Amino acid sequence: MNAIILSALLGVVLMFTGIFTTNKSTIRTVATAGLLLLLLANIAEMNGWKLFEVNTRNMLVFNKFGLLFNTIAFSATLLYFLLSARDILKVGINGAEYFALIFFILCGVSIVSSFNTLLLLFLGIEIISIPLYILTGSDKRNLKSNEAALKYFLMGSFSTGIMLMGIVLMYGAKGTFSIDAALQASNPGREVWYTSGLLLLFISMAFKVSAAPFHFWTPDVYDGAPTVFTSFMATIVKAGVFIAFVRLFEYSFSGSGYDWKLIVSIVTAATLFIGNITAIFQQSVKRMLAYSSIAQAGFMLFALFSYNTLSREGIILYTLGYSLATIGIFAVLVKMKDYTFEGFNGLARTQPVLAATTTIFLLSLAGIPMTIGFFAKYFMLASAVKSGSHLWLVFFAILCAVVSVYYYFRVIQSMYFKDGAGATEEISPAFRWILLLMAGLIILFGIFPNMILNYLYF
Amino acid sequence: MPINLYIFLALALFSIGVIGVLTRRNAIIIFMCIELMLNAVNLLLVAFSKMHLADSSNKAMQVVTNGADAQLFVFFIMVVAAAEVTVGLAIIVMMYRNIHSVDVNFLNRLKN
Repeated sequence: MNAIILSALLGVVLMFTGIFTTNKSTIRTVATAGLLLLLLANIAEMNGWKLFEVNTRNMLVFNKFGLLFNTIAFSATLLYFLLSARDILKVGINGAEYFALIFFILCGVSIVSSFNTLLLLFLGIEIISIPLYILTGSDKRNLKSNEAALKYFLMGSFSTGIMLMGIVLMYGAKGTFSIDAALQASNPGREVWYTSGLLLLFISMAFKVSAAPFHFWTPDVYDGAPTVFTSFMATIVKAGVFIAFVRLFEYSFSGSGYDWKLIVSIVTAATLFIGNITAIFQQSVKRMLAYSSIAQAGFMLFALFSYNTLSREGIILYTLGYSLATIGIFAVLVKMKDYTFEGFNGLARTQPVLAATTTIFLLSLAGIPMTIGFFAKYFMLASAVKSGSHLWLVFFAILCAVVSVYYYFRVIQSMYFKDGAGATEEISPAFRWILLLMAGLIILFGIFPNMILNYLYF
Repeated sequence: MPINLYIFLALALFSIGVIGVLTRRNAIIIFMCIELMLNAVNLLLVAFSKMHLADSSNKAMQVVTNGADAQLFVFFIMVVAAAEVTVGLAIIVMMYRNIHSVDVNFLNRLKN
């Protein structure tokens, strides 16, 4: 509860900061301090210290899994602010409002990590989506940004409509929006409503996490949005929606009795295949990262495929590893003058620290051992093996991971083995230190993943 | 009236909305079709609410609530739809200012 209330309040505080001052460093300080406060409040709640006593009548359930996810999402956002706050302020004149919208999105993320009724699932997803439409279109004079915002908005609200239809059909079958109660209630003769509702809900959530065949908006939107916001969209928001997806279907699949695993495995395989194969042919690193985020979503879908203890641990690790690495790469990308692969040529000579840290981030995304990306992928695949059926999917995923090495290593190859200017904007020493810190975290958790996972149980 | 009639009506409205979104090229009309989808959902929610109220007086059915929460859900959908209209129309106006058109066929700059 701490996180939900505080993040909404902090959003309002930042809106007022925007009225009273236009000083950029003040706005940046207020936003970063606010986020630190939010993170501390959430950690306090993990240790049983509640700031607000609210009776949610079982509409929200705060368990370790959700709170740990919140902590990871807020820490990733904090690193994102430290790296990119200056670039956020460069997007347009309404700097404080962008931070306010990000806080509202975090409020939505903390709702979807703790919902227990379909009403709050819907509200949480919408609280995440609506500010994102604005952030996507925040570069008002840029036609690409306009186009991305319109496309995202139309696709997003279309999938919201589908989601609502799913929720209503499930309500018709069970007579309640609460997930716990819905599992106990049974009305013979209305099972078909429940199943079709669940299917519609699955389609709309697949839209939101950009799983194939509902992924087509993702590359365009990620490419068109201002790069700093693409970074946020592709990491924290995507992980948040994934948590909602996993929490929802952990309960609902088990009661339906159909072979859901077949549908999920087909979607997973299609997502892995399309994401990885299309990423190979991209010329722009930003667009390659958009397709790579589809491919990584394919791995995260394994949490849905095999809901057991390993997959819960896996999704936490995946969120952490994927967010850290992607935020880092995007922060470097924002500083580049040229977003194509050629733009990275010779970066190792001009900016050795940037090149070295980017290499670690890319290795983590590709899932090379000693990085957290390896353990994230390992837990996901191990959970699928443990669940026992559809083993072909595991082999397919390993093949796709091998394919992904090609396009990640292409960036490393440009940085180290090709001659070029590697032109970047001014890089501050603090920026370098934070990149080094993130790379260190990736290796640290890559060697000791239990440092994070222990929080789930103790 | 049997509940099936309401379901058919709501699904028909919903399908008109979906088909409109997929086939029309004018951003405003696509937007109206999305609103149609949301309102079909509202209609169905109210119908289900009444249905569960009727069920709750029937002891044979195993019912959890008397359907009041669906009426509340309708208000939430209305509020969220209003928020979406605010943002969506602003985005459409922003696009119109730049390219003087609301035709989504213009949305192909990102493809290449």
